[in-house]
Amino acid sequence: MDIDRRKFLKIAGLSAVMGIGGKAAFELLAPKELEASLREVPLTQGKKWGMVVNMAKMDDEIMKRCMEACNRVHNIPNFGDPRVEIKWIWEETYEHSFPGQEHEYIGEKYLGRNFLLMCNHCTDPPCCRVCPTGATWKREDGIVMMDWHRCIGCRFCMAGCPYGSRSFNWGDPRKAPKELNPDFPTNRDYPTRSKGVVEKCTFCDERIARGQIPACVEAANEIREGALVFGDLDDPDSDIRKVLRAHYSIRRKPELGTGPNVYYII
Amino acid sequence: MLDKALKGSATYWGWLLFLLAFIGVGFGCYLYQFSEGLRITGMSRDVSWGFYIGQFTYLVGVAASGVMVVLPYYIHNYKAFARITILGEFLAVSAIVMCGLFISVDLGYLPRVMNIILYPHPNSILFWDMIVLNVYLLLNIFIGWNVLSAERKGVHYPKWITPLIYISIPWAFSIHTVTAFLYAGLPGRHFWLTAIMAARFLASAFCSGPALLILLCFIVRKLSRFDPGKEQIRTLGGIVAYAMILNVFFFLLELFTAFYSRIPEHMHAIVYLFFGLEGHTRLVPWMWGATVFAVIALVLLIIPQLRRREGILAIACGSVIVATWIDKGLALVVGGFIPNPFDRIFEYWPTTPEVFISLGVYATGFFVLSVLYKIAVSVKEEVAA
Repeated sequence: MDIDRRKFLKIAGLSAVMGIGGKAAFELLAPKELEASLREVPLTQGKKWGMVVNMAKMDDEIMKRCMEACNRVHNIPNFGDPRVEIKWIWEETYEHSFPGQEHEYIGEKYLGRNFLLMCNHCTDPPCCRVCPTGATWKREDGIVMMDWHRCIGCRFCMAGCPYGSRSFNWGDPRKAPKELNPDFPTNRDYPTRSKGVVEKCTFCDERIARGQIPACVEAANEIREGALVFGDLDDPDSDIRKVLRAHYSIRRKPELGTGPNVYYII
Repeated sequence: MLDKALKGSATYWGWLLFLLAFIGVGFGCYLYQFSEGLRITGMSRDVSWGFYIGQFTYLVGVAASGVMVVLPYYIHNYKAFARITILGEFLAVSAIVMCGLFISVDLGYLPRVMNIILYPHPNSILFWDMIVLNVYLLLNIFIGWNVLSAERKGVHYPKWITPLIYISIPWAFSIHTVTAFLYAGLPGRHFWLTAIMAARFLASAFCSGPALLILLCFIVRKLSRFDPGKEQIRTLGGIVAYAMILNVFFFLLELFTAFYSRIPEHMHAIVYLFFGLEGHTRLVPWMWGATVFAVIALVLLIIPQLRRREGILAIACGSVIVATWIDKGLALVVGGFIPNPFDRIFEYWPTTPEVFISLGVYATGFFVLSVLYKIAVSVKEEVAA
């Protein structure tokens, strides 16, 4: 089983680098060297990726940068219409991020304040349970992954996700209004999707495979260290575990038993 | 026997042409949807299933209801239903055809549909729904066709059909149970997250399906020399009455749990449907319309003297169909998505192309139904002659 897993990770890592880095990366790195080099990168060896959104350090500007970074890196189109919006990372007010938690005496510090939301990469994800083709699945490193080449567009996962974290391509992203997307696609090294498939945040699996942290975390850290903390929840010495030990944190809808892996420090 | 479908009156051919016109318009609209994507529908990221999936759900019920004529005949040896089992089976066939088409037009990426079989994932209820519906379709085609051709030849149907008939009875229950499980196991969709969902589905199926069958029997009697029979229709009327009472009773159970517990998430969708939430009231008139039709249906069905008059029974059946269609074909699916996971309200209404695609699917189903009924009725006429 261990060998199988290692083999799988090797192939996954290889293909991710090939897909993202393009031909040049493949030519530069012979397969064996690549495997060896990946082993040196701690980010490729996570067991349970998770995220902390530290609202004490977060502000609207950082959130905006995070969203922009994600949209740019992943070629996320702007249709200018909330009905068909594609959202990997987005903001939502406290009372709508944590419905049922608000009360009439809550301070202005919280009410109406925007929170940064994304896929929770649940420990027991209902979206993966309901998918009829395995187009979305839970990776061994905890990422809830999406194969938009296998997805048939039944949208069962969207009904199954209690966090609204899944977006459907109601139209062709390449047909998104030009005036709202002047330089689409913004990242030639990342695929654009076709109409009729579901997509979502993947914790930047393509960057993790290269030993980089997710684009939103990178963008946040440029402004304020620790506003977003990404790391391996399985490693007791990781930064994310240290932060979670030191602060009280909440998760979205924990009562549903999905085991969300995105934590909020209020 | 297929030849029977090729010899018909001008009315028959005119009707088929009429349906073909709708099929053509629907197909044209589908090509538009296929090239532009599902953005041409009223669905959105918040209400991500709509009219198509609603019709699918409703028609699974119609298909399952075929068992309401099969079961009394084969299990209870209620001989009168021998005359009309074929009508129930062929209704089931055409309903399943429509189910398959409604799922197909709802898929974002139809060319990949075989991925369900190429990469089977038994943890998904959709995988099981695909299996039970296809098997049920085959069962009804095999049983219906063989029993009818045996009747034509004046012999008993082949022995190997008998086990299929007995399998088809629990199978009918399974198709609607599995369809209910599509909804009833999703965390965070409180309107659907109810253990009584499958029971509600079956109850509404067993009133709406036989109600449709009764109306079809009236039409068959009018258009052909084959009379499905007074007693048969009367017994079906009784089935519709009991099933409609159960259907409404089960719904009232939902109301009790939601409003006595006062858990907001359990109440929200129901409040939205019947009174509107934060000024969003699009489905309110429909829900009260459904309520009025349900009350009319119950009054006409429960009083035996009324139910036994065929004219009144027809009105009652029409009311049952309208009430259950609004409940299941319109409100059930949309209501599950409102409010959305962020406790925000985005409403849904189908667009014109979406409605025409749906009409095209219905026309296809009725085309299949008309051809199959033509065959069945011609055989019955031939045998009687």
